[in-house]
Amino acid sequence: MSTANTPSPNGKPKIGVYVCHCGINIAGRVDVQATVEFAKTLPNVTVATEYKFMCSDPGQEMIQKDLKDGLVDRVVVASCSPLMHEATFRRAMMAADANPFLFQMANIREHVSWVTLDKDAATEKAKALIAAAVKRIVLHRPLEKTRVPVNSDALVVGGGIAGIHAALTLADAGRKVYLVEREPTIGGHMAKFDKTFPTLDCSACILTPKMSAVRAHPNITLWTYSEVAEVEGFVGNFQVKVKRKPRYIKEDLCVGCYECVEACVFKKGIVKDEFNVGLSKRRPIYIPFPQATPLVAVIDPETCVQIKRNKCKKPCVDACERDAIDFDQKEEIKEIDVGAIILATGFKTFDAGRISRYGYGKYPNIFTSLEVERMVNAAGPTTGEVLLKNGEKPKAVGIVHCVGSRDCKTNAYCSRVCCMYSLKLAHLIKERTGAEVYNFYIDMRTPGKGYEEFYEKLLKENVHFIRGRVAEISDWATIPEEEGKLVIRAEDTLVGAVRRIPVDMVVLSVGMEPHEDVDEVRRVFNVSCSHEGWFLERHPKLAPVSTFTDGVFLAGACQGPKDIPDCVAQAGAAAAEALVLIDRGYVELEPNTAYVQEEFCSGCKICLGLCPYGAISFNDEKNISSVNGALCKGCGTCVAACPSGALQQNLFTDEQILQEIEGVISYV
Amino acid sequence: MSDDDKKQFEPRIVAFFCNWCTYTAADLAGTARMTYSPNVRVIRIMCSGRLDPQFILKAFREGADGVLIGGCHPGDCHYQEGNYKALRRFTLLKRFLNMMGIEKERIRLEWIAASEGDKVQKVINEMTEQVRKLGPLKLEPVSQLRPEENSVPLAEAVAVIEGGAS
Amino acid sequence: MSKPKVAFYWCASCGGCEEAVIDLGPDILKVVEAVDIVFWPVALDFKRSDVENLADGELAVSFINGAIRSSEQSEMVELLRRKSGLVVAFGSCAHTGGIPGLANLFDRKAMFDEVYFNLPSVVNDKKTVPQEEYEAPEGTLTLPNLWNTVKTLDQVIPVDYYLPGCPPPVNLIAEAVTKIVKGELPPKGSILAPDIALCDECPRKETKPEKMSQKEFKRPHEIMIDPEKCLLAQGLLCLGPVTRKGCGAACTTANMPCTGCMGPVSNVIDFGMKALSAVASLADSNDEEEIEKILSKIVDPVGTFYRYSLPASLLHRYYQPAAQGGK
Repeated sequence: MSTANTPSPNGKPKIGVYVCHCGINIAGRVDVQATVEFAKTLPNVTVATEYKFMCSDPGQEMIQKDLKDGLVDRVVVASCSPLMHEATFRRAMMAADANPFLFQMANIREHVSWVTLDKDAATEKAKALIAAAVKRIVLHRPLEKTRVPVNSDALVVGGGIAGIHAALTLADAGRKVYLVEREPTIGGHMAKFDKTFPTLDCSACILTPKMSAVRAHPNITLWTYSEVAEVEGFVGNFQVKVKRKPRYIKEDLCVGCYECVEACVFKKGIVKDEFNVGLSKRRPIYIPFPQATPLVAVIDPETCVQIKRNKCKKPCVDACERDAIDFDQKEEIKEIDVGAIILATGFKTFDAGRISRYGYGKYPNIFTSLEVERMVNAAGPTTGEVLLKNGEKPKAVGIVHCVGSRDCKTNAYCSRVCCMYSLKLAHLIKERTGAEVYNFYIDMRTPGKGYEEFYEKLLKENVHFIRGRVAEISDWATIPEEEGKLVIRAEDTLVGAVRRIPVDMVVLSVGMEPHEDVDEVRRVFNVSCSHEGWFLERHPKLAPVSTFTDGVFLAGACQGPKDIPDCVAQAGAAAAEALVLIDRGYVELEPNTAYVQEEFCSGCKICLGLCPYGAISFNDEKNISSVNGALCKGCGTCVAACPSGALQQNLFTDEQILQEIEGVISYV
Repeated sequence: MSDDDKKQFEPRIVAFFCNWCTYTAADLAGTARMTYSPNVRVIRIMCSGRLDPQFILKAFREGADGVLIGGCHPGDCHYQEGNYKALRRFTLLKRFLNMMGIEKERIRLEWIAASEGDKVQKVINEMTEQVRKLGPLKLEPVSQLRPEENSVPLAEAVAVIEGGAS
Repeated sequence: MSKPKVAFYWCASCGGCEEAVIDLGPDILKVVEAVDIVFWPVALDFKRSDVENLADGELAVSFINGAIRSSEQSEMVELLRRKSGLVVAFGSCAHTGGIPGLANLFDRKAMFDEVYFNLPSVVNDKKTVPQEEYEAPEGTLTLPNLWNTVKTLDQVIPVDYYLPGCPPPVNLIAEAVTKIVKGELPPKGSILAPDIALCDECPRKETKPEKMSQKEFKRPHEIMIDPEKCLLAQGLLCLGPVTRKGCGAACTTANMPCTGCMGPVSNVIDFGMKALSAVASLADSNDEEEIEKILSKIVDPVGTFYRYSLPASLLHRYYQPAAQGGK
């Protein structure tokens, strides 16, 4: 019943075994000469030799010469890890006009010489791994990498500063970009800030030109109030369905004159304004903020009387000179084809209510940092004044660092931006109110350009810094001075005492978190998340903007907490990597894909549901399964499950692995 | 007692490591020069989901005293779910091997992330000692006798059929 | 011109394979016309000495069914091999070990202890067990040695062809005999049945859904089996996907899941392991505990996946560290 003795399709194979010394890295532990002698005894080996550095030019030329002279047609190199040099040797073989997949490596460095103390044991283990490679390679077949053309359009998901920058970069390079944003306007969190650290330049002043550029760019199709519903296909050839939610306003007619908003039957706001983080209320018809892009009104279907109960006089319609209001507008599904996708979906702030001892939601004058950002913003709910709920200015303000960060009970990581923005808010609050400002911190994390200098500046501004994690905030007074105040209790570790600081207002510097629905979103794009929920980069150091899903890139805070400079840098990097893909014009697919041997497939359908990439489909005419080689990623899960061995995987067929098993254990 | 008995039994363990996590971790252990028992021989597969239970029994049949399987942690599989399929098969295989009298220490499934070179070292050392204590797995020898070993070639046999008794 | 000589022999078997030959019905007369059956213990009164008296190779074909687990069986098959041009392993027992192969979960001592001492209805105060030699007043009586381990036919003698099935389907038997008589034989070592799994000819194939995974496996007595729908899709452990076709889907047509008697297709080296892999892959969960729960429904993995093929499997038999083994 064994099929292990299937003859090599090329006739009698001629295997060359090349054992590398790697200087003394291998030769210092493994008896290379003995392994060469051993290799000569193995079946089908025509050449067995050694060299100091096989990966060097002379080493590669050795192999190429033997190939060209017809002494060998299959090559085994016993040296370092294939993860190191498999590509190098495959290229060497291609340069000698040999098929690069008639090649196998035996890892006798990382897995043998570097980890084994005893020389004899190391040599025996090296022999076993060489025998495994030699047995296996007999069954290798020539394979070709297929080339698939790449669509030159790109999709950027998320219209915050990262998404905006990525879209502009790609558009400036001449590529057509779809920028899809969930909210009615682009701008993200940065649009909510007043000033940005460390320069204290006005956030809107640096952001809005970019937002206008997006609107005006001929290469950018801006779809706000829209979400990506479905992504199918593979790198270079994505088919995307974008769901455009109905604004009930015709986007091409509205000029953002605000007349409809003023005319609304509700004269005062009735629902919490999302842009102002709940600090004010808005009407059902609204424009998020004066620089919203696109500057188009939106009607909220949950609160609009007309949409909910069909019972409104519709003064908004009368007020609109452009006739832009359309209550019959429906959700639209747009289908687009793109070659690359950049995810720039950003973050949300930590819900401070989760730490009940900080009293958020319990006491009136405890705000999150984002709420205070809106307060200090001149276009915000308090027109730039820092005010308590009773309308007065605070005389003492406490700023609590690390709320929901560096905390094993909530988030263990550091959110990176909070120290800087806490310093910024300390400065702004002091400037606007003259209040005593106390920053409660664990460490001062100010690593960027100009950041430490910013801290120095704050130190000189008479802001109080207390090094200690805040234990509790309450309104329980123990002395008369604390009556009517919020008391912050923290251990001042530099002084060595527990302190109670009475303040009028508390600012909780909340950390950054992934969005609530990140698990659903990641499935749409087939990317993974780290266990905190940030999108997972391909490699933390060497590939921070690409993912394990080819063609999908990351930019900005969705990949992990970071400040605006880093978001912009990453966005540029993601755009560049997307351009690499698009400009090359094709994708080369690794050939270690699965395939169905049609004559053996009985149509049992066990494989169909096992592929996470949907690469296996059922051919109803032939009544058998078939694998789409372009979608198949080469994991081999279906091959192991196939009950008749009809499914096989190139480079990892059953026969090849069985021979490798025989080789690795039966000789030595 | 012969000289062979006096020498310590060196178990031979075949390992199947997935390319993205475990194999990379083993490379990392090498780069960091973490030394460990030389008894484990690694076969590289792209994903632990490729692991066909036939391979495990084949390893035992060829002479392995133990089999080690390495895959990515649940949720981290490079191919999304391959390691879960490996877990499903391993769960049933464990029970089967138990029914067949193979000691449970001889087969081991470990989730090892790409950064866990130290775990590779620890698991290999541990398993080597556990299998050493159990002693060699000596399966009853069995051979499949090939028809080529039969003395009568096919043509002759057919001739007999066609021509009747000689 | 005399007809080719043919022998049928049975080893550790149930007699079903002999029945299958009879099932040829009137066609058996054609067989008898074409060949000369010179040895068939169940039906004809020839003796072992008759076989010994043949010249080597005088027998054109021997059809041997049953697994090998005693010295008598091994001697007989070795004799038949010497005397035969071709040997065909007939039926699952000869092919892969068959039902008797499940005895490989035990050894001779365990079996004797159970049968002769431990069974509740046994009365055996003198602890009598069968002896291989016994001195009777009339002379020495002998019994064959019962082996610890059941072997397939090709683990004892070289086998030229295999007719799988428990028993082999009648149409496959007729085809095989015709091919032999005409001399139109495939390469030696071939299995005389189509090389594709049962789903290919199963009448329920069209009803297969896209999603075959199961939250719960069912045993046949636990549900009202839908007579039209794919049995595996109903949660039953139908081994059709692993098993060679050729039987006309006899069991699935009769509303019972396939148990795998026709053995594996050629790409598979261990039937039970492939069956285990396919079935386990269908457990619809990624949670360790839930997977355990779903798979615990398969109460007897050896019996389920190796019902007919334990001696042919890679492990061959229950492992005993200090195995007695062999004859």
